[in-house]
Amino acid sequence: MNHRIGVLGAGVMGAAIATLAIGHGVPVVLVDVDEDTLAKARKEVRQQLKLARLMGKLPRTGEAELVTTTDYADLADVTSVIEAVTEKPELKAKVLAEVSGVVRPGTVIVSNTSAIPVDEMADSVARPEDLCAIHFMNPPYLIRAVEVIRGPRTGDETMSRVTDLLAALDRDGVVVGDGPGFVINRILQRSINEAARIVEEGRATPEAVDAAFEGCLGHRTGPLATADLIGLDNVVDSLRVLHDRTGDRGYEPCDLLVAKVAAGDFGRKTGRGFYEHGGAL
Amino acid sequence: MTTSVNHAAEIERQLLAFVEKHTKKTWTPDDDFFAAGAVSSMFAMQLVVFIESTFDVEVSGDDLVIDNFRTVGSMTSLVSRLRGE
Repeated sequence: MNHRIGVLGAGVMGAAIATLAIGHGVPVVLVDVDEDTLAKARKEVRQQLKLARLMGKLPRTGEAELVTTTDYADLADVTSVIEAVTEKPELKAKVLAEVSGVVRPGTVIVSNTSAIPVDEMADSVARPEDLCAIHFMNPPYLIRAVEVIRGPRTGDETMSRVTDLLAALDRDGVVVGDGPGFVINRILQRSINEAARIVEEGRATPEAVDAAFEGCLGHRTGPLATADLIGLDNVVDSLRVLHDRTGDRGYEPCDLLVAKVAAGDFGRKTGRGFYEHGGAL
Repeated sequence: MTTSVNHAAEIERQLLAFVEKHTKKTWTPDDDFFAAGAVSSMFAMQLVVFIESTFDVEVSGDDLVIDNFRTVGSMTSLVSRLRGE
């Protein structure tokens, strides 16, 4: 089938998902409430296309069209929607309800949530059977594997369409069950929180924590460098989602994480988090 | 001819200055900074952005390969060619 994807939210993930799609020849309608964010995203997508091609991760030529808009009505003819707005449950609920009213029945609605259960978001859409989640890693145009979450109300037809969509995007889906944080973030967010707590206690520096995971355990990137890549704002939002839904104190964002976010130090995207960024990457 | 040589020398000078500022190391035009492990492939992207904005060229298609960005010499050749010099 000829895919045409609507992407909601032109932040870090929304823009990068748009890059992945148009780089594979799948046209994208990118929606955001803010024109400046859209203008910035258009520039980022151009650069990311170059980066991915330079690294041999996307076909060298032949990208599809990218349309940017602030009007949900422009989503009327898309074949699927990927929601990538900020990890705030009430915002996701609002956006999903809105888009569900615009697209044709049978249009797959995918949330790129970090941690909110699919079945919780399903309450916000007109047709819960059309909804599932795909947890893309950052950056999605470089990392092939994605976590695919099937909610209890997700339909077979939706799962089959998602498989088709991921094939068009040349991604490998790992299908898992529903619940706060799914598989990756149920474990990863807790690890990041604990690693940050260790730094807060003064038991180890960020460099030492990451060096131990990288050198001793063979992780490609340690938990705190991973946190900087994800964005500490998103880490704290995801931890709150997990904490609110599980009551597990291990997910309560530690003071150091909260302080960094309050100071505007979100990691790579602002130039500073647990590490300084901006020089040679 | 003389003009073109001077252009290449000026391109090389600016590229060396950029790379040295970002790696905090000194390089010759033939040193491969990727092979030396001094930078990650993400650095190649910074080089693309720098080259496009500084020399008013667009790097695209078959030119978007890491081999074009391994050394200051290879980048100088690329820029000279894209500027039609």
